[in-house]
Amino acid sequence: MSDLTDLTVAGIRDGFRKGDFSAREVADAFNGAVASGRTLNAFIVETPEHAIAAAEAADRGRAAGEFSPLSGVPLGIKDLFCTEGYQTTAASHILEGFTPTYESTVSARLFAAGAGMLGKLNMDQFAMGSSNETSAFGNVISPWRRRDGGNAALAPGGSSGGSSAAIAGRLVPAATGTDTGGSIRQPAAFTGISGIKPTYGRCSRWGIVAFASSLDQAGPMARDVRDCALLLEVMSGFDPKDSTSLDVAVPRWEAALSGDLKGKRVGIPKEYRVDGMPEEIEALWQQGIAWMKDAGAEIVDISLPHTKYALPAYYIIAPAEASSNLARYDGVRYGQRDLPDGAGLQDMYAATRAAGFGSEVKRRIMIGTYVLSAGYYDAYYTQAQKVRALIVRDFEQAWEKCDVLLTPTAPSAAFGLGEKQADPIAMYLNDVFTVPASLAGLPAMSVPAGLDGQGLPLGLQIIGKPLDEQSVLDAGLAIEERAGFAARAERWW
Amino acid sequence: MLAATLSTRFTQDAMSVDSATVRKIASLARIAVSDAEVEAFVPELNKILGLVEQLGEVDTSGVAPLAAVIPNHLRLRDDVVTDGDIRDRVLKNAPQAEHGFFAVPKVIE
Repeated sequence: MSDLTDLTVAGIRDGFRKGDFSAREVADAFNGAVASGRTLNAFIVETPEHAIAAAEAADRGRAAGEFSPLSGVPLGIKDLFCTEGYQTTAASHILEGFTPTYESTVSARLFAAGAGMLGKLNMDQFAMGSSNETSAFGNVISPWRRRDGGNAALAPGGSSGGSSAAIAGRLVPAATGTDTGGSIRQPAAFTGISGIKPTYGRCSRWGIVAFASSLDQAGPMARDVRDCALLLEVMSGFDPKDSTSLDVAVPRWEAALSGDLKGKRVGIPKEYRVDGMPEEIEALWQQGIAWMKDAGAEIVDISLPHTKYALPAYYIIAPAEASSNLARYDGVRYGQRDLPDGAGLQDMYAATRAAGFGSEVKRRIMIGTYVLSAGYYDAYYTQAQKVRALIVRDFEQAWEKCDVLLTPTAPSAAFGLGEKQADPIAMYLNDVFTVPASLAGLPAMSVPAGLDGQGLPLGLQIIGKPLDEQSVLDAGLAIEERAGFAARAERWW
Repeated sequence: MLAATLSTRFTQDAMSVDSATVRKIASLARIAVSDAEVEAFVPELNKILGLVEQLGEVDTSGVAPLAAVIPNHLRLRDDVVTDGDIRDRVLKNAPQAEHGFFAVPKVIE
């Protein structure tokens, strides 16, 4: 039998049903991979007992002829999802020791479908970052290395960097991620895996530590498009506990998957051709266009004129929402408290937050507080929300001419840890291609499409109409079938 | 290279924040800052404000600020109790809980 950790989620599900192996064998194999992969620092907490309990339940169910959609499948859960009885920190010191007494809706749905949890995955602190370097629990190291022999430690992307590294290193078959401005798609691109952010409102935000509530969406990260489709089916669905949850039916995305794009129009937005973008990414984009044509699609030139304003609008809206959401960390109800001798309540708040938040989190709270403060609100926040409306309008006009958009996922391959730490703006630019779809609440996914000259993965992004995840997944599958991406990080850890 | 090109563009015409403003923002945000941190924040925040400043060049006359990305309506539910009697669970993660309450330093002189 081949190594169980090489199986996809669908492979585990189907092999388990057929009786090729037990769920316990799968859980043991992945628990072993997690334990021997600690060098990558992908996990903040390992939960082998949770994975084993779910596996034993799945094995008992199989003996009785009962199967759930994810019976026998162990998953990694990003540490932004509250997990009952298991520490949840959002990778911040301020939540160290916080053990939720409730389960997030998304993780509850996955567990109810039979999945087990291998552990809580490391991430950028409060999901603020694009390299996983803002975690209070240390950097995650990508399993990938450049071909130059230098063995430089590379970023797994962020904020879902523990998720991407764990999947690429085959420590987990798939994981949850969250995406506020690209936090599923960019790490997926950096590590040669797939990931989809669904339409805003598909997945309940209840029980997910909030960063920017009008942007945050959960989604799956996995090795291929099929796994993304089947996991998203389980994660999605109406939840009365989230006021922005959409009360719409969840389609059977996996069953309907098709890489045949006949009759589909694929838009190529000219504004995504940025000065200074590496030639290899431009070439890969052209290759992607050729693959779309080969799959039967018609290619259409599109203009999204406000694209260049997406990043600046995002860096007003997201910090503004974050400054409000993160006001709850005050040292009173949960998490860490810092109480200097003789301090009053206000001093306790300020000391707690100074000690508990990392520097990037403080930076964003400060920006958010500033742009929302008296006298600046209209100039910054209101203007940003108006520009956001124009970005949404750009997409609406594009949908009159095409069904999906094809773009690169990120403007570069994975960079080295520390290379962009000194300049916050350089880091923010990683999300230049992913932020527009976030601001418009659109479904978007990244699929691995090739390697650069250093042997590092590059991804292509597909953006779809609201609620049309099917077209996004289908176009992703069309790329996957033609790219034949089989490269994997050679094991060194 | 891309970063260098764009960061240069973004830092032009930045609205300026000085150390007094940084202290005021930190106070509003309830984050204690040292003098050294204030000095570090000044250029960092100015750089980020420089990035967002370019939104000013977009003509947004007649455009309503976005309220919801995906059309949705706020639901009403029956005004009934759906939760409760979980005091100990609510207090479970408190840094300091006493007599069934969250405890904080004395707030009345």
